[in-house]
Amino acid sequence: MTLINPVWTSLLYLAAAVCFILALKGLNSPRTARRGNLVGAFGAALAVATVFFSVKMDNVPWILAAMVVGSGVAAPVARQVKMTQMPQLVALFNGVGGGAAALVALLELAPTEDHWVRVAIVFTLLVGAVSFAGSAITFSKLQELMTTRPVVFPGLPTLMGAVLLAAVGAAVAVVFSGSLALALVLLLLGLAAGLLLVLPVGGADVPIVISLLNAFTGLAVAASGLVLGNVLLVVAGTLVGASGTILTRAMAAAMGRSVAGILFGAFKGGSTAGSTAVSDRPVRSSSPEDVAVLLGYAQRVIIVPGYGLAVAQGQHTAAELALALEARGIDVDFAIHPVAGRMPGHMNVLLAEANVPYESLKEMGEINSEFRTADVALVVGANDVVNPAAKTTAGSPIYGMPILEVADARQVVFLKRSMRPGFAGIENELMYEPQTTLLFGDAKESLAKVLSAVKAL
Amino acid sequence: MDGIALLTITVLAVFVGFEVVSKVSSTLHTPLMSGANAIHGIILVGAIIVAGQASDPWVLAVALLAVVLATANLVGGFVVTDRMLEMFRGRKREVAPPGREPEALKPEAKEGLR
Repeated sequence: MTLINPVWTSLLYLAAAVCFILALKGLNSPRTARRGNLVGAFGAALAVATVFFSVKMDNVPWILAAMVVGSGVAAPVARQVKMTQMPQLVALFNGVGGGAAALVALLELAPTEDHWVRVAIVFTLLVGAVSFAGSAITFSKLQELMTTRPVVFPGLPTLMGAVLLAAVGAAVAVVFSGSLALALVLLLLGLAAGLLLVLPVGGADVPIVISLLNAFTGLAVAASGLVLGNVLLVVAGTLVGASGTILTRAMAAAMGRSVAGILFGAFKGGSTAGSTAVSDRPVRSSSPEDVAVLLGYAQRVIIVPGYGLAVAQGQHTAAELALALEARGIDVDFAIHPVAGRMPGHMNVLLAEANVPYESLKEMGEINSEFRTADVALVVGANDVVNPAAKTTAGSPIYGMPILEVADARQVVFLKRSMRPGFAGIENELMYEPQTTLLFGDAKESLAKVLSAVKAL
Repeated sequence: MDGIALLTITVLAVFVGFEVVSKVSSTLHTPLMSGANAIHGIILVGAIIVAGQASDPWVLAVALLAVVLATANLVGGFVVTDRMLEMFRGRKREVAPPGREPEALKPEAKEGLR
């Protein structure tokens, strides 16, 4: 095969890098986002085509076959996955990316003599392995293959410390010896660290962990670019590392907690204020017809969707209810908490799928002052994100998390499956307030009943 | 390429990354995450290089595994991001601008629900 001139190779990689930057830039607005993503995909295709003509390649049929297998598995999954399962899928793709970076680094160790390059190799190995194992656990938690509650056992911090120390020791040894056996040990230690990192994280904090692991994989890819002397990998990995870091910080801020607190203090105090027990305090429950009257004769309704809505696949019914109310001249908005759903911005995707115009989706900062003018706040399958304990109860695990101020609305209606507390396992005092009514049942069924009652008004 | 040049590029890419991503609206944070996720699938380029230079069958096997994983990351990431963004497109309200006019909205939005 004739190889193209190295200058051309560099220029083509540069073009691909620019495509990636444009892909991220396109996400500034929903209108340009899709085109941006296609530009990014084009850049990736360009880069992959370039690599075949830039270095002397053996095993080309094998490589092509492996690519067919990879896309043959991933594309159908990506096409069919339900929008509620998006977080799992992102965790999965993130994990395999981290795994691939670690494997590439492992194979580059043998031909490398330079100590600095070996530093990049051990970094990629360790971070890639952490990302792979961490993503696998995240996936299992989200897919509910394992418990979503934090898994903590005595001595966990000590074990984690020991694993990290051993990993640093092994990393230093690999840098100086170049030993493949030690590199494998380092890989295993990285996998163990990833496991121990994510196990103690509770279900409610998983969105932040996905974002963090995404940044980790980006950094691993950037480091592998340093190993291979490939500028494109460096730029792409760094972009992802930066975006993951920003998102992680934004998420943590939205939950009023520090990233370190989430990883290392994961809901330890959960037992002081919360339990999974069903409370038997009296609440005011109501019928779908009563809720329909409340909504139908209001002037302004704010719907607060939570993950319960998504689980029940009720987003389409919620969108229909909003339309029915708007047809009656009622002002309807959706108030979206940044951590509604299971990853940043997840609820927006789910409601977009149900054709809710994105102008109706209001962010927390924008809508919070408007609850005071709302006649009804309709909380569907959300709990922790509207729990006043975040402001009032200093010992509560969610204390300090910014919440949607639904208590300011004249009436609050909760559509809930049961009196069970939310993800964080904390009682919500708002449910016992005089302005609150509850409608029990599956979110989708309740919404459908309310919808038909509204139409009958 | 020498180390200093790579370091320069890395540092500049950090700033570009922060700059570009901090402007993304929180509405699109999920597509952002899955789009960024797709971009790091470009480790495929690295995996292909390693596989293309492998002579030992074990090295080749591991490298091909890396190729499979990286392709899954890259292709799956872009496909799923496109699927999500497709839903955000086409819902622009051309009839009624941000101020809401239920009458104008109703027929168009109903069509979308079908």
